[in-house]
Amino acid sequence: MVLVYSNNKKLTIEMLSKATEIAKQQNKKVIAAIIGKSDEKLAKEYISYGADQVFIAETNLEAVKAEEYADILSNIVKETSVETILIGSNKTGKELSARLGGKLNAGCVVDSNNIYVKNNKLIAERVVFSGNAIAVEQFNSKPAIITVPSKAFDPLKKDDSRKGEITKKKIDSEKSQSKILKVQEMKTEGVNVEDAEIIVSCGRGFKDKNDIKLVEELADVLKGKTVGCSRPIAADLKWLSEDHWIGLSGRKVKPKLYIAAGISGQIQHIAGMRDSGIIVAINKDPDALIFKSSDYGIVGDLYEVIPKLTAAIKEKMG
Amino acid sequence: MNIIVCAKQVIDISEMKIDSSTKKPILQGVPKKISDIDKNAIEEAIKIKDKDGGKITVVTIGSSDAKERIKELLAMGADEGVIVTAPDNIDYYMTATLLSEAIKKIGQYDIVLCGEASTDLFSGQIGPRLAGLLNIPQITYALSVKTEKDKITAERNMGAKLVTTESKYPVLVTVTKEINEPRLPSLMQILAAANKPIQEWTADSLSSGLNPLVETVELKGISMERKNVIYQNDLDESVNKLVDSLAKEGVIGR
Repeated sequence: MVLVYSNNKKLTIEMLSKATEIAKQQNKKVIAAIIGKSDEKLAKEYISYGADQVFIAETNLEAVKAEEYADILSNIVKETSVETILIGSNKTGKELSARLGGKLNAGCVVDSNNIYVKNNKLIAERVVFSGNAIAVEQFNSKPAIITVPSKAFDPLKKDDSRKGEITKKKIDSEKSQSKILKVQEMKTEGVNVEDAEIIVSCGRGFKDKNDIKLVEELADVLKGKTVGCSRPIAADLKWLSEDHWIGLSGRKVKPKLYIAAGISGQIQHIAGMRDSGIIVAINKDPDALIFKSSDYGIVGDLYEVIPKLTAAIKEKMG
Repeated sequence: MNIIVCAKQVIDISEMKIDSSTKKPILQGVPKKISDIDKNAIEEAIKIKDKDGGKITVVTIGSSDAKERIKELLAMGADEGVIVTAPDNIDYYMTATLLSEAIKKIGQYDIVLCGEASTDLFSGQIGPRLAGLLNIPQITYALSVKTEKDKITAERNMGAKLVTTESKYPVLVTVTKEINEPRLPSLMQILAAANKPIQEWTADSLSSGLNPLVETVELKGISMERKNVIYQNDLDESVNKLVDSLAKEGVIGR
């Protein structure tokens, strides 16, 4: 059996397509897990996207705690003789997967965007060394746990005629000694860099918070309207909220056009934008690393280059 | 407060070179260091000790050459070091198992602190795995922590949500890079650290017959083929050429 779980519906649906492929190769079935309140509508939707079975673990837990969810998942794994477990790679999913791995003594590969079976062994590839290499990881044991980031796989076409079985079961988990006191929205400005087609990003080359409007103006004329940034701007200076932050520990993006202004091009930043279509760099240092990762670049002071570029594009776009 | 900090010696990725023909990273001869975020874990441990008293033990799984790196952490303020020497083909399952056995051998503890992930492989598995093995609560991605006599409270970066979690002891906490600024030890502290104890245990003495559940069978290079067309000299001309190029690429103009 291949088990799929995420607290995020979109991710679950994307993973169901990969799970179906692996299950076919191994002659197994696909189970999707729902933890929490019974939701038959969601269960049917998962079936229409490829699940052969949906296991609803009914709990009355108020908050998602990795300790308790790992306990519930390990119960599901034992009951359904699961060999492969795909978990959505958001932060909740990652801490849950690793704890589950610890509890089950199971191998785990985090953030894999390429999963396949070769010589009867399950393989998961992941990017390592800040985006400079791909590790090909082979599982020597079962169960195997793999976490999958969003957009790694395309969902199957929805097919409402698909049939599947829905199993409901009340599951009591071990109570954790930890307690969630408060859940707040992280301070964001409502940008979604992950879905953006055009991104203009700023880095440490900017001298003042107010200067970021230069980037906004350029993004506006490009009809991209999306502003990104490197680590210092979001994490250290806090000039922009963290949803703008692109990089290894920030968001990973793949727009068709990515413009990096005043960004030196540390490999941690490159790791977040290397899959972009066309990459443009603006930097006053001709030796800046960012030029090596760019298709086009202008060597110059961003305070002069950006206004000129904004005007030229405005003219071109009419 | 007795605190155990797990630290990993990693290669310094900023010093890593790429083989130009195979595009694979060259791992031999790259300088090593303690993973950045593990230093944040040490720093946080020192802050807690300064406030509440207690003892800080730092544990690493790796090779004997980690000794010099561990001395840096002792100079920062850890009291004692433990190195568990282990084979090269170790996976997260083995590392977490050895850490849990080492922690049991060290004995009584209130807090286990880890970095959220190591800077080389960035999986972030060790903290939660270890918490699962020790069967204690886990508080991940901490942006700030506050210790009290019978509980710890932390604010956590869970992506779109900022989550405040509290737990009784013992507890495992993973910290983010934002939690603090690791101190640089003074010369006096560096000299004094020479007298602090570092124990060396073998993996087999803690848990024999461990084999990896996951094996890295290949490390593939990533080719970052880019056009590298760089305009310099006259600024107006550069801007016009860039706009023309972008229009030809079809990324602007509609």
